[in-house]
Amino acid sequence: MNFDPALILASLPDVATGMAITILMWLGGSFMGLALGLAVSIARRWGGRWARLVLDAYVGLMRGTPFLVQLFLLYYGGPYAGLDLEPVQAGLLGLTLYSAAYFAEIFRGGFEAIPRGHVEAAVCVGLTQAQIIRRILLPEMTLLVLPSLINMFTLLVKETAVLSIITVPELTMVITAIGSANFAFAEATFLLAVSYWAIVEITGLIGRFIEGRLGRYRLV
Amino acid sequence: MLWTHIILLGQGAIMTVAISAVAITVGFALGVLVCAARLSPVAGLRGLGAAYVSFFRGVPLLVMLLLIYHLLPAIGIDVPGVVAAIIGLTLSTAAYQAENLRGGFLNVGTGLVEAARMVGLNARQILLRIRLPIALRLVFPAVVNEAIMLLKASSLVSVVGVADITRDAQNLASSTYRPIEAFTIAGAYYLLLNIVLSGGGSSLSRMLGRHRA
Repeated sequence: MNFDPALILASLPDVATGMAITILMWLGGSFMGLALGLAVSIARRWGGRWARLVLDAYVGLMRGTPFLVQLFLLYYGGPYAGLDLEPVQAGLLGLTLYSAAYFAEIFRGGFEAIPRGHVEAAVCVGLTQAQIIRRILLPEMTLLVLPSLINMFTLLVKETAVLSIITVPELTMVITAIGSANFAFAEATFLLAVSYWAIVEITGLIGRFIEGRLGRYRLV
Repeated sequence: MLWTHIILLGQGAIMTVAISAVAITVGFALGVLVCAARLSPVAGLRGLGAAYVSFFRGVPLLVMLLLIYHLLPAIGIDVPGVVAAIIGLTLSTAAYQAENLRGGFLNVGTGLVEAARMVGLNARQILLRIRLPIALRLVFPAVVNEAIMLLKASSLVSVVGVADITRDAQNLASSTYRPIEAFTIAGAYYLLLNIVLSGGGSSLSRMLGRHRA
């Protein structure tokens, strides 16, 4: 095995583009998933019986099947159902729908962990249901679930690698393409592994920093 | 027509279950070793264990599978895709299971260990009769959870040419031009396997719970 760093240096612009797309897909998919997950968790809790039934099924399906199979269904099956998506669009939509189910579960746990007394106190001082959700439950829950949210975000960085299989031109696809074009697959994949390791460790550091900062507001 | 497809993917399901079962079992054994290293009094071993966990939890499984699949031949070891897949899944799940185990060990009540010491048990007895059984019971739900995650993650072995559920579904989709049916059947298989796993897990968990301290 002869490792040639010049190979990597020559294709640095491509690697940078791939990295940018990885980060874009990751943050785009995660934040949309976060928003959708919050909406799902609120609708499950206060949306009535039918909403709960449908959304329970949604969460169960997304969490019970592999992300790759969901992507295949969306990307290859989509056109047959009138949903013709480019790889990047399918990737973003897939990542959003997938992560939303996990985020919804995290938020559900958070809502359940809030002491009943806080809600009762809010009712006593005359807050409406909407006010209670917005001013009591959401802020308290955010602090409770923060570590789980950060953990989920770091898991999602790694899930973006799967998007290469439906030809989203992100880091994994770019670097493996360089590797096979130059017959240096082992070196390229090793570089890839180290890149993800770095992103995950940095995300963890940022997460611990945010946790430390917000931890000051913790009540329970 | 539909039934032949379901039976066809059943062969892939056997492969998925087989590689997941091997990986989770061997990965647990390896996880015990990594956990022991992380809790060891020797600083060098602790560092090694921490580095292992950090690396294998920091690299996407897909990248790990590609790395093993291409690195082993590059250093002169030629392995079939199935072996590379099992190695990749095992190394990755070992890191997660080591962390779960470590959490279990750290959560064994100090009072229980002190009581054991008071009645004169030696360090080895305390480990084998007090700390290990309690830690194992504490981590059992996490092991079941990890098995479910692994079963789903095993869909990635289709990339290194292993004929699992996902690979069979891909072949079916391209030969019949019916991707929706093919991947829906694949999803249903995974869902079914996961329901069986979590159901079996909870009843085993209840059985273990009868001996709760």
